Amino acid sequence: MILPATHGELPVRPNDPALHPIAEKVEAGERISREDAIALFETDDLLAVGGMADLANRRLNGDRVFYVANQHINPTNVCILNKVCVFCSYGVRPLAEDAYTMSLEEVFAEAEAARSAHTREFHIVGGLHPKLPLSYYTDMIRGLKERHPQVHVKALTAVEIAHLARVEGIETRDVLREMIDAGLDAMPGGGAEVFSPAVRSTIADRKLVADEWLRVHREAHELGVPTNCTLLYGHVESSADRVDHMLMLRELQDETGGFSTFIPLAWHPDNTALGREMGVEGKRTGGVDDLKALAVGRILLDNVPHIKTHWIMVTTRVSQIALSFGVDDLEGTVVLEKVTHTAGADTPLGLDLDEIVGLIRDAGKVPVERDSLYNPVREPVVA
Amino acid sequence: MTIRAVGTTTDLAPVDRHELREFAALYEMPLLELGAVARERARQADSKGAVTYIVDRNINYTNICVTDCSFCAFYRRPGHEEGYVLSNEQIGAKIDEAKAIGAVQILMQGGHNPYLKLDYYTGLLDYIKTHHPIHVHGFSASELDIIARVHKMEVGAVIAELEDAGLDSVPGAGAEILVDDVRDRIAKKKIGTARWLDIHRSVHEQGLLSSATMMFGAGESREDRIEHMMRVRDLQAETGGFTAFIPWTLQSDGTEMDGTPETTASEYLKTVAISRIVIDNVRNLQVSYVTQGPKVAQVALHFGCNDFGSLMMEENVVSATGTDFIMPRPMLVRFIEDAGFKAVSRYQDYTPVKLDLDWYCGCRICLGRKAA
Repeated sequence: MILPATHGELPVRPNDPALHPIAEKVEAGERISREDAIALFETDDLLAVGGMADLANRRLNGDRVFYVANQHINPTNVCILNKVCVFCSYGVRPLAEDAYTMSLEEVFAEAEAARSAHTREFHIVGGLHPKLPLSYYTDMIRGLKERHPQVHVKALTAVEIAHLARVEGIETRDVLREMIDAGLDAMPGGGAEVFSPAVRSTIADRKLVADEWLRVHREAHELGVPTNCTLLYGHVESSADRVDHMLMLRELQDETGGFSTFIPLAWHPDNTALGREMGVEGKRTGGVDDLKALAVGRILLDNVPHIKTHWIMVTTRVSQIALSFGVDDLEGTVVLEKVTHTAGADTPLGLDLDEIVGLIRDAGKVPVERDSLYNPVREPVVA
Repeated sequence: MTIRAVGTTTDLAPVDRHELREFAALYEMPLLELGAVARERARQADSKGAVTYIVDRNINYTNICVTDCSFCAFYRRPGHEEGYVLSNEQIGAKIDEAKAIGAVQILMQGGHNPYLKLDYYTGLLDYIKTHHPIHVHGFSASELDIIARVHKMEVGAVIAELEDAGLDSVPGAGAEILVDDVRDRIAKKKIGTARWLDIHRSVHEQGLLSSATMMFGAGESREDRIEHMMRVRDLQAETGGFTAFIPWTLQSDGTEMDGTPETTASEYLKTVAISRIVIDNVRNLQVSYVTQGPKVAQVALHFGCNDFGSLMMEENVVSATGTDFIMPRPMLVRFIEDAGFKAVSRYQDYTPVKLDLDWYCGCRICLGRKAA
C-alpha cells in the first residue's frame, strides 16, 4: 500500500515535464545535449535529476563506492597569481608574513605520517612559486617514491606544470616527461575553475586559459598519465557556463580517454577578495546546488568513469547523500588539507578510514578502497 | 523510582504491530525513491510550493532542572553556581530586541525548576502581555507537568490558568522518543509517553495548538521511531491540534551521552521522509538546520519537509552542545528559494505573516484574544 510502483529503471519519475525527454535519453543510454544539461541545472526537480544520475552511475559502477587513503602535501603557498585569482585565500606574496615554502626534508618528514595511516596516495599541489625549479618537484617525487614505494604520487595541476615550463624555458610536455621519469603516477584536476573567458577574466584573469589547461591534460593523457578534471562552481558562473565547461571536458575525453574522475568543487568565499567584493563571505553553496553539480556531471560526462564528492568542501553529510545522486567516489582520508581551510571550511582536517567506510555502508553502498589508478587495494576495514 | 504515576494518565493502547512493521520497511527503500513518495505526500499537504519559516527568539527563562536527562548539556541542578532564573525585566528586554528585528513570537522554554510556582508563570505571562505584547509559544509538556505536580493540580487546570494569563501555544518539546523503554534509558525522570500525550490532548481540548517533536539517534530502534510517529498521528486523529512535526537528531557533545554515534545524513533524510508518510494528518514537517546544518536542511525540503523552522535569534539549549548554526534571514530565504520553493514568513499557526496587521500576531488564538 505504501511502496511506490517504479517502472523502468529510473528510481524517480520526473515531475517537471521538461525533464521527460532527457530522462528517456538517460534510460536509453544516449548522450544528452547542451540544452538538456542546462535544463537539468535549471529545474527544481532535484530528485529526478538525482535519479537519472543514479541510473547512469549504477550502469558504470554498480553499488561500489571508491575511496583512497591519501595525504595532501601543499609544499608552498607562495603564488605569483596571489592577486589574480580573487576566489582564493591560500596563495600569498613571496615576502608575505605567512608565506612558507617547505624544504624537501620537511616534505619527507611530513610524509612519514603515511606509514601509520596506510596512505596510498600523495596529493601534491601548491602555489606558483617564482623561484622553485622543476628539480625541486622531481626530487620530491623521487624521494617520496624511494621512501614510500607503495604510495602513488598524484602531483601538480596543469597550471603548475605550465608555470614550471615557463620557469625552465622548456615545453610542458618535457616537464611532464621529467616528472613521469621521477615517478609521477597521476595528475590532479585543479586549476580548471570555469573555462568561460568571461568568468575566467572575472575570477582568475591571466591564469592559464582553457585551451592551455586542456592541452597540458591532453599531453599527460598521451604520455599515459591519467588525470582528473574539476569545475569550481558557486561564484559568478551561469548554468550555461558550467555546461560549456563540462562539454569541453567531454570533448577531450572523447579524444583521449585519459580523465579518471570529474570533481565539482564548491567555492568557499571566506577570506577571498572575490568574496569581499561580492559581499558573500560566509555564504556557502547550498546542498541542492552541490548535489546538482555532481548529478549533472554524472549525466553529462558519460565518458568519464568516476564522479567524486569532495567532503572538505561540501561537508561529509552532503557527500554521503551524494552517493545516491550519481557519485561513486568519496574523497579520501586527506591528512593535512590546507587550501580550502584557509577559505573558511569548517569541515574536519581528516577522516578516519572507519568513518568513511561507515558512511558508505550506511548509504547502502559497497566501500572499495582504491589507489590513484582505481585499482582496488584491499578489503574494507570491518568497523 | 520514577515520578511518573502522578497526574491523570490514561493507559496506552498498544500500537498496531503489523502496521508498524510495514512502516519500518520503508527504511529499506532506496533514498531517492523514498524521497519521491514523501515529496508527493508533502505536495498534497501544500500545493503552493511554499516553504515557511518564523522569525522568533528563544528565551530560556531558567536552566535549573531536576530531571537529569542524559542527552542534555543545558541544565544545572538546583544550587549550582551557574543556575539562573531570568527576571521579568530581562525577559522584557529580550522581547523588545526580538520585536525590533521583526519577531512574531517568543519561544519560552526552560528547565524543570520546582522552585518556580504557578504564580511565577502567570505573573510572567501577565507582565509580557501588559508591557511587551507578543505571541508566547511556551512551556512544553514536561514543564506543564512539573507545575501541575508542584501544586497537585490537574494539568488541564494549569493550562487554563496559563492561557488566561496569556499563553498562546505550546511547543512540542520533551517528546524525545515516545516509547517508555527508550525514555527509561535516556530520560528516566521525565514524564512518560502516556503523560506527554495526555498533556497535549489537554492543550488541544483547551483550544490551544501545539507541535510535536522527536529527538532521534539516541540509541532507539527504527521501530521505536515509527511507534513515536504513530502515537503522534493517532492523537492528531483525535484532536487535530498539532500544527507540525519536528524531528531532530541527538547532539551528544558535552552531555552524558557524549560519544553516541552521530545520526548520518542519509538516516536523517529517510526519517523525515517516513515521518511525512506515517503522520499523514499533520500538515507541516519541519527541517532541523540547527542539528543537520543548512545544506542538509535545504535538501530535506525535497524529502517531504515544508518548514524551515525559526531564524532563532538565541538558542541556548542546543548551542550548549557546541552546535550553533544561527541563520540570518537573507541566507535562510536564499536557501529556500534556491531549492525551488517560495519562502513565506509565518505565524505560530503556520498562516502567512500579514504586514498590514495592526496587532502583534495574526494567528487565530491571538486574533481571538483581540476580538474578546
